[in-house]
Amino acid sequence: MEFETVIGLEVHAQMLTETKIFCSCSTKFGAAPNSHTCPICLGMPGVLPVLNKKVVEYAMKMALATNCAINPTCEFARKNYFYPDLPKGYQISQYAYPLAEHGWLELEVNGGKKRIGITRIHMEEDAGKLLHDEHNPVSYVDLNRTGVPLIEIVSEPDIRGAEEAADYLKRLHEILVYLEICDGNMEEGSFRCDANVSIRPKGQKEFGTRAELKNMNSFRNVQRGLEYEIKRQQYIVENGGTIVQETRLWDDAQGVTNSMRGKEEAHDYRYFPDPDLVPVIVDEAWIGKIRADMPELPQAKRERFISEYQISAYDAGVLTSEKALAGYFEEVVAICAKPKQAGNWLMGDVMKFLNEDKKTIRECPITAASLAEMINLIDAGTISGKMAKDIVEEMYQSGKNPREVIAEKGMVQITDEAALAKTISSIIDANPQQLADYRAGKEKLFGFFVGQVMKATQGKANPQIVNDLLKKMLAK
Amino acid sequence: MELYQSTIHELQDKIKEGKTTATAITKSVLQRIDAVEEKVHSYIRVMKDEALSAAAEADKEIKKGNIKPLSGISIALKDIVCTKGIATTCGSHILHNFVPPYDASVVEKLRAAGAIFVGKTNMDEFAMGSSTETSYFGPTRNPWDLERIPGGSSGGSAAAVAADECVASIGSDTGGSIRQPAALCGIVGMKPTYGRVSRFGLIAFASSLDQIGPFTKDVEDCAIMMNVLAGYDRRESTSVNIDVPDYRQFAGRDIKGWKIGIPKEYFVEGIDPEVKAAIEASIKTMEKCGAQSVEISLPHTQYCLAVYYIIAPAEASSNLARYDGVKYGFRAPASELLDMYKKTRMQGFGAEVKRRIMIGTYALSAGYYDAYYKKASQVRALIKKDFEEAFKKCDVILTPTTPTPAFKIGEKTDNPLQMYLSDIFTISTNLAGIPGISLPCGFTKSGLPVGVQFLAGHFQEGKLIQVASAYERKAQIEKRRPKL
Repeated sequence: MEFETVIGLEVHAQMLTETKIFCSCSTKFGAAPNSHTCPICLGMPGVLPVLNKKVVEYAMKMALATNCAINPTCEFARKNYFYPDLPKGYQISQYAYPLAEHGWLELEVNGGKKRIGITRIHMEEDAGKLLHDEHNPVSYVDLNRTGVPLIEIVSEPDIRGAEEAADYLKRLHEILVYLEICDGNMEEGSFRCDANVSIRPKGQKEFGTRAELKNMNSFRNVQRGLEYEIKRQQYIVENGGTIVQETRLWDDAQGVTNSMRGKEEAHDYRYFPDPDLVPVIVDEAWIGKIRADMPELPQAKRERFISEYQISAYDAGVLTSEKALAGYFEEVVAICAKPKQAGNWLMGDVMKFLNEDKKTIRECPITAASLAEMINLIDAGTISGKMAKDIVEEMYQSGKNPREVIAEKGMVQITDEAALAKTISSIIDANPQQLADYRAGKEKLFGFFVGQVMKATQGKANPQIVNDLLKKMLAK
Repeated sequence: MELYQSTIHELQDKIKEGKTTATAITKSVLQRIDAVEEKVHSYIRVMKDEALSAAAEADKEIKKGNIKPLSGISIALKDIVCTKGIATTCGSHILHNFVPPYDASVVEKLRAAGAIFVGKTNMDEFAMGSSTETSYFGPTRNPWDLERIPGGSSGGSAAAVAADECVASIGSDTGGSIRQPAALCGIVGMKPTYGRVSRFGLIAFASSLDQIGPFTKDVEDCAIMMNVLAGYDRRESTSVNIDVPDYRQFAGRDIKGWKIGIPKEYFVEGIDPEVKAAIEASIKTMEKCGAQSVEISLPHTQYCLAVYYIIAPAEASSNLARYDGVKYGFRAPASELLDMYKKTRMQGFGAEVKRRIMIGTYALSAGYYDAYYKKASQVRALIKKDFEEAFKKCDVILTPTTPTPAFKIGEKTDNPLQMYLSDIFTISTNLAGIPGISLPCGFTKSGLPVGVQFLAGHFQEGKLIQVASAYERKAQIEKRRPKL
């Protein structure tokens, strides 16, 4: 039987605000346990939450970027359950009235475009963390993360495979980072994903019973987890079994998913509107202000790069994969007006150096102006492409501009024809045997003469001029 | 007259004239506490040393001519408002050792106004009760009859004022917890509009209903206290940012031509005949003041108690979830997490609190939410509308505060429904979010005080001060003091 996979994803993204969602504690990661806490995020008696407006604005940006309708009013609700990392005994989230709904995100699927529906985006607070003592039956609670703002982005069950799911997540991740509202760090939990997975016989309209998959903390793990889970479900169905509705955990080490809890053990969260908070009113003026403040999104940028700079879709994809990289590229092009070359130098040598040093483009020692100047020097024939390879490395190591490097190393290209002719004639004189063989038809020896000229000029000779002169002089 | 018997405004005058000091007042009140506290048990904690040193500081300021609205005035705080560095128990075992690292907003305001805190008063556990009998620290007794309850949940704060164990006090009112004990103890108590006084630092019972207010010996003192307490607080999202008038200027104005609404639904059977007579006399007094009484209708009155006992427990079930033994307060020893939760909450909460947590949890459960919480919220909107309609026809509404005078200790503890009925006239005010005031309107033959309640529209506390002070002047209720 042929099966179709149905996947819906729930993504939790940590908002990059300075302070928490309902108090003024810092959101910084990695501080000493419980050092970023106050009576409010500790859930002490009598304290009250006050909403951080920045969180609403960040969430609105994501809503606009994913084509959602922002509701004129939304409200916070309490999600009630007991756990030691949840100091109030409830999480402040949104339930009946979320911030935004009915959006979509476009993916490239099999050369075509496909829209994945976005059901809703809502705001909520994060919970803390439990630290378990490995040697004693004791657990510790770290509440630094409690109250860190999150948005939850819920997709429609429109995703049809593990690869598509990973692609959707990468697009979502890219937008969040582009908007500068999330650092996207999956290892630190700034971007987390749960998946609802089911399968159904191809052509069937009704959904199959779904499993909720948790604990996949990288794009690769999402894909692996989903692939495993799809196979597991297919195996069960093909062998006459039935899928049970349950929550399953991905085990990265074993490469399998395991049941965490069944439907019967599911919580009744007893959601109700939080009486300590007032409804959030979002008017058109506010939306307009946020919209005006939106950066160009990755998809639009890619399309513009292709048409404006006449570069390939692949190059556009690489150059826009990071907002800062795209910005750097545009800065270079603005000066040298050579997008193809700018792209090649950037994606080739510069990215190689950066990757080796695990640096980002923001930390690149070569300024956009320097790289543009170097491209211009190649174009003017001042230096050869081969020389530029060494120059750019020196520029990266020293942070100097190309003119400084060239001057220091005496690397200016020799374009003086008379001087080159003199060098060539002395090389011809010194190699009579090779000359005779060449003239007898061994044309391969042309390369030998080029090499000799380059050696004699320490590589500074203009290769085009050398070629032309050699051809003439060897033929005589 | 002793200093401890005085009102705020009397003491203020004496301080201004240099006839007394903060220290003298504080000592007088502390001596009074020493004399009668054993009988009344108004306090969970008396802050003797703190009060005396604060009074000494206050006297230095007063000497410099820096006299504030409550300079040197002995104030008692219901043990539901957080006090930095001083245990705040909410009348519960589960918080018996909880010391907040912060002050409630009202505590900051009172301190800034010169108040001297003399102690934390007794209350029904988590403000759940109408008699102060559910306190983990034992019941408070009514100063007028020690066999009887002072009302609740702010019974300690009311009894402390009535017994002259403080000059004024702070209570909280979720369904009548200020006005009902004020009535039963023969003093003045006001529940302000929801959003008028900051809830920051007030330990939550039912967040959409809770409001802090004062207990005082007369209406003018109530105005003085409201001047200090009222105002916007950016630490509370439901705080309302509108101007605060000088409430004191309303005391002393007349009410000629005012329409006093008498809700017909409030004068049904079940009211004690002596209470009924006192209220009828109050209506006559209003007419003597030049006001006119008009019959009004609050058609959804019969649903108030039911709506309240869905919404308040629902919110409470969530608000009280934080008392889990993990972070602070009482923790029962146990070997694993679930066991710890269960034992802590089983041993840490009293019966009434557990009853309401269970009612509230049930009302919010999947499959019941629509029938209970959602329906109750809808009816609540209708109750609010009843009042909006009523205030188109009258300036203020007059009702009894309670259906009966103070009942005997233990009389209703086995019958929660009977106990809930004692708030029948005060609950709707909280559901509508409007302000209310209770003040003495007479005594029963056996010498128990009776209270009359006035209600006004949102943020019309000034009107309440005006009508209550007019009533107080005209009625000339005999100035009795409980014999202790």
